[in-house]
Formats: sequence, C-alpha cells, structure tokens
Amino acid sequence: MAEFPRIRMVGLAGLLVQFGNEMSEPANRAAIAFRAAVDAQNWPEVRETSTSLVSTFVSADLAAAAPEALTEKLQALVATTDWFSAPLPAGRTLWEIPTLYGTDAAPQLEEAAQAAGVSPETAIQELSSARVRVLTIGFAPGQPYTGELPPHWNIPRQQALTKSVPAGALVVAIRQLIIFTNASPTGWRHVGQTAFRTFRPDHATPFALSPGDELCFPSVSPAEFEGIMQGDTSGNGGAQRQVLA
Amino acid sequence: MNRMLEVLSCGPAVTVQDMGRPGFLAQGLTRGGAADRLALHEGAALLGQSADLAALEMVGMGGSFRATTDMRIALTGAPMTATLDDAPLIWNASHLLPAGATLKIGGARSGTYGYLHVGGGIDTPLMMGARGAHLSAGLGAAIAYGDTLPVGADKGHETGLTLPADDRFDGGCIRITASMQTEQFDADTQDRFSKTAFLRDARGNRMGVRMDHDGAPFMAADQLSILSDVIVTGDIQIAGDGAPYVLMCESQTTGGYPRIGTVLPSDLGRVAQAPAGASLSFKFVALEEARAIEQRALSSRSSLATAVVPLLRDPATIRDLLSYQLISGAISATENPFTTEE
Repeated sequence: MAEFPRIRMVGLAGLLVQFGNEMSEPANRAAIAFRAAVDAQNWPEVRETSTSLVSTFVSADLAAAAPEALTEKLQALVATTDWFSAPLPAGRTLWEIPTLYGTDAAPQLEEAAQAAGVSPETAIQELSSARVRVLTIGFAPGQPYTGELPPHWNIPRQQALTKSVPAGALVVAIRQLIIFTNASPTGWRHVGQTAFRTFRPDHATPFALSPGDELCFPSVSPAEFEGIMQGDTSGNGGAQRQVLA
Repeated sequence: MNRMLEVLSCGPAVTVQDMGRPGFLAQGLTRGGAADRLALHEGAALLGQSADLAALEMVGMGGSFRATTDMRIALTGAPMTATLDDAPLIWNASHLLPAGATLKIGGARSGTYGYLHVGGGIDTPLMMGARGAHLSAGLGAAIAYGDTLPVGADKGHETGLTLPADDRFDGGCIRITASMQTEQFDADTQDRFSKTAFLRDARGNRMGVRMDHDGAPFMAADQLSILSDVIVTGDIQIAGDGAPYVLMCESQTTGGYPRIGTVLPSDLGRVAQAPAGASLSFKFVALEEARAIEQRALSSRSSLATAVVPLLRDPATIRDLLSYQLISGAISATENPFTTEE
C-alpha cells in the first residue's frame, strides 16, 4: 500500500488523490471520507470535489492557483489519519427498490446467471437478497455504481454492446450493479428492471442517491411491477427508504 | 409588451446555452454550457453585458427568428450567413433587430457552433441553477419551430459594433498538458501522438469529438485494466479502437479508457469549432507554460470590451442609409477607449 495514497495532476483542472489502482472496499471508503475532509477545509481555490471508485478529485483552477501549494495542503491532509479505516459517512440511507428480474423486461438474466455459474432461480435469489453500497455516482447524472456482489459475480462486460437498455435498468458486471439513469448502450448485462429514477431534474432533490447509501433489489412479479409503474409517480418506483443509524 | 424571440424555423441542434452548471460533478453531471465559451464572452463584449447571460447556440445552421419588440442582437462563434429582412448582416458584430423584422441565420461558412445573443439575454427558467440545455443528461430540450423565448430587460442601447475576427474555426494546433494517465503511454507513443496529423471525424458533438488518423492505433501500457476514474472537459481519451476522443463539455463524468493528455481550456473552443474534416494536431506544453497561456487567455478575455470597434461600412452598400443616425450617440466614449464621437 506504500504507493497509495498518491496525488496526480488532472491537467489544469485539479488534483486527484488516488487510494488504490483497483476497486477495494477500504479504498472506496477512504475516497469518500477524504472528500468530506477536503470539503470541510473550505479552501478558497477549491471549486468542487467528487469521488470515483477509489479516488477523490479536487477541482481547482491550476492556472490561477499554484499546483504545488494545493498539493502540499492535500499531502498534509492525507497524513492526518489512516483514511483506509475511516468510517462511512453519517446520515446514509437504505433503499429497497422493487425489481422485476428476467422476462422480456430484463432479457439477459439467464445469460448473466450462466456467466456467474448459477441457475436463473439462484441468480434472482442472490441478487434480490444482496445488500450493496453505492460506491460512486458517475457517468450519467445520479447513476450509482454499487457493490460488491459475491466473487462469482465477477463477470466481464460483454464484448459487443447492447444497443440500448432503458432508464431504470438494473445491470451487472465485475461484482457491481448499476441502475441506469437514461436509456443507454452498455456492455453490462440487463438482469432486472426498476421504476426508480436516479435523476429527477424537476425535484428539489434532483439526485436520489449518495455514495455510501445502501441498496436492496427485492424481486416483484410482472403484475406487481405494472402496479408500481401505474401507481408511483414520485420517481421512487415503489421503493421504501430508511435512514441508517 | 413582453420581450420575446419567436422561432419561425430552426435547425435541428439549436439550444439555449450559458456558462453551464458547475458543482454537480460528484452527482455525475458535467458542467455543460456553451461549447465555445469564448463566443459567450465575445457576445457579452459586443452588447456590453454580462457573459453569464444565456444565448442561443446553433450547431452547423441557425434558423429564422422574429422579435416582439426592438432588440439588440450579436452574432458570434462560427460565421454563418445571416440576413435581416433579406439584407445581409455582418457576423461577429452587434445589430438592431427591429420588432417584426425577420432574422435568418443559415449554414456555417466555417466552424461548427454559431451564437445568437440578445440584449438582456435569453430568460428561460433556471434549471438547477442555469439555463443551458444538457441534452445528454436529459436536462432541457432543443429549440423548435413555434417556440417563443423570453428575453431579459436590456440596459444597453449600442449596436453596430464588431470585434476583430478570430481564427479558431478551422482546426490547427491544439496545446495539451499531461494528465493523470499520460505516463501510462510510453515516450514513443506520446511522441508519435504529438507528430500525428489528425482529421476531425464526422462523429463529434457536445459530448466528444473523435479524431481520425492514418497509422497504428495509440495504446496505453495497461489499456484494458485501467480503473474508471474522473473525466475533466478536454481530456483526450483513447478508446478501444486506438483513436483519440476529445471529451467535451457534455461528456460523462467518469471513464475507464486511458487519457493521453488534456486540452488547455483556452484551446477547447478551437477543438469544438473544428468542422468535420479539419486538420488538427496536438502539442504537449509543460506545466508552467500551460499556466502562462491560460493566464494570458484570461487577460485577453477580460479586455474584450476594449477591443470592440464600430463597424466600418461603405455607405453605398447601406440600403437604408437615411434611416441611420449618423451624427452622434451611437458610441459610448466611456465604454470604448478606441472610439470617440464622429
């Protein structure tokens, strides 16, 4: 681990603090906690911050602010604690999001189950009982990358892209699940369909999820899913939420 | 009467744009805003107003517009053919659009993104703190026939001003800096990249612009095992086919393809404006030089207002010469040190 955390320049757009070069739970937690610590500093040259899977991005105009000075401040903050054992953020939410697995609505369940070496029934049982955490929000607005699933779900992305999966699609690869924000081509396999909207531009809270939140995807029947589609116009897609202590 | 701009006809990719929506990177939303931000500064300088006001961004071609009240307009960015009730209008200049007259903006003569600014700015409702459409995120919509766009109150009154023409509309040399993954490309690959003549591919939009080249694909050492990480506007991503894509203002926020470098912010307009088929090359510049270039660009943007000059016209070509106020009042000596009253 001596190589990490390390600090890299991202052009003139800011600095990146990397806590690893592969996905790991402690490095993900470190990135989220370090971002909160940078935000708490209120440094005037910092425009905004974000996290990816295992890194924290600190956006700053490095033409105006000296990169060396900001680097030194970040190094000092890095040295204050062991970020890999930092606690998860406070005020996290657990969401239970009803999901229709397989059928025409999510046609790659069987293929994904085969890649994971389990039957379709076992796949539904495993995915609908897994409790995963939002590792990062990215690619599209509000779009969560969640994990990690058990090791046999470390299935590769498809070589050929699926032309389009709809918004709300639950897709799987590399021990992670994503709920798609918008209809999109993807190499991830479409195993379930939700009515959950991750991005709600008209709402007071446009982004439903934050890194650290936890998600479950309980299985519902086609009839139940149809009822949710008709009955819940809030964007929650029938999801229950509770604040985690 | 309400100040409105009516859309009588419209190209397929006309949107309201402004300086975009910073602050949402952590939630997966890139800043967006005008593809050529310098054009917003130029429009602001021509109309003597804030560069934060929204304008219409027109990709490749414009449309026909009519104002419900007299309005000042400015035309910047990619030069397009423009007429006011069939009389030609000069690009890169400000004009009066009288109530009821028809402004027609046709195809781009060079470049890609043209801008129509109005005195007071386009005043559509704010969406998450800004007016610019971010179509890839599902925010806002393209302007269409029949739309009427509210226009803000205009405190200014000068028209007939112009700025020196810029040369950012036909590609050229793009200055780039190293980014977090540059060193994953070996020295030979970086060298070959900076010596390669690229053509702007037809595949390009507000999300990204693909660059074509002859010769071997560009590859990073661990091309396939790079973990997904943050993207910033201007990043040059090497996709699976070994071709570079310059990621633009409406790109995704994270990506797993390696970035060979990042375009300097002040050269992004040149990338955006390069039309399909334009020649481009990339030149690495060292950090301190890059910072100096950006500082100069900022200073030049800040002094645009002082570079504004009156349009020089041959009176013989002015059809309605007698309707012009020729004596005084067209120019403010306080706002423009280069001109005095005629």
